[in-house]
Amino acid sequence: MEFAGIKSLIFYAFALLTVASAVLVVTVRNIVHAAFSLMITLFGVAGLYVFLQADFLAATQVIVYVGGILVLILFGVMMTSGRLQMRIQIERGQLILGGLVALLILLLLFGVISNTPHWEGIKDDGSTLEPTTRTIGEMIMQGEFLLPFEVVSILLLVALIGAALISRKEVRDEE
Amino acid sequence: MSLEWYLALSALLFTVGVIGVLIRRNAIIIFMCIELMLNAANLAFVAISRELGDPSGQVFVFFVMTVAAAEVAIGLAIIVSVFKHRETVNVDEVDSLKG
Repeated sequence: MEFAGIKSLIFYAFALLTVASAVLVVTVRNIVHAAFSLMITLFGVAGLYVFLQADFLAATQVIVYVGGILVLILFGVMMTSGRLQMRIQIERGQLILGGLVALLILLLLFGVISNTPHWEGIKDDGSTLEPTTRTIGEMIMQGEFLLPFEVVSILLLVALIGAALISRKEVRDEE
Repeated sequence: MSLEWYLALSALLFTVGVIGVLIRRNAIIIFMCIELMLNAANLAFVAISRELGDPSGQVFVFFVMTVAAAEVAIGLAIIVSVFKHRETVNVDEVDSLKG
């Protein structure tokens, strides 16, 4: 059981890394630091996907989230933190109220998790990582998810055109 | 590692995201916290998909990622154009639509 011990140790390390950097995203003052903490969180979640034998999603997580979304967010930071270095203040009343609501949500989620029967746990036989890319690809391209895939690609296209339209420079007609 | 651990982790991550949305006033930080919550949901999806031995959950996560990318593109465009007009990304100061 030496192998299982090391495995759970690595799991705890990844879990701690993920949650700790998520907390940093929320608490840190500098917005660029928050973005980089978010990067660590996203990498941590990708590591957990590997633990769950979802290799395709782990790669996609790194490529799409870290390589795409995070870079986009950093661009957003760059374009919005101009001359006035904004102070990021947290009001006390908001902190208490927000914490209370979040605590309620956490208790609700934990209650649901612990009260739902017949979850015996992942049957972890320590087998090797089986590639999931082929299965997912077949499910999307030939299986039941073809229509959602097409719909979501149109959604993405529309969203990108909309984003370009919203953020373009105002062009005034010269009359 | 049993499923409960993953779900508890997912719940924790989601709650951190909720706290961020509730207490931070910077629109971009709120944005990042929304990403945190989406990631928490994705983690739960993948964990349950592994538990059931059904890869459908992973396909759902794939779709969630796509929609998240669309959301980030639109959201950042809106934030940038709000910043251009009002010189702020503090959500408390952008309240012209408030009744």
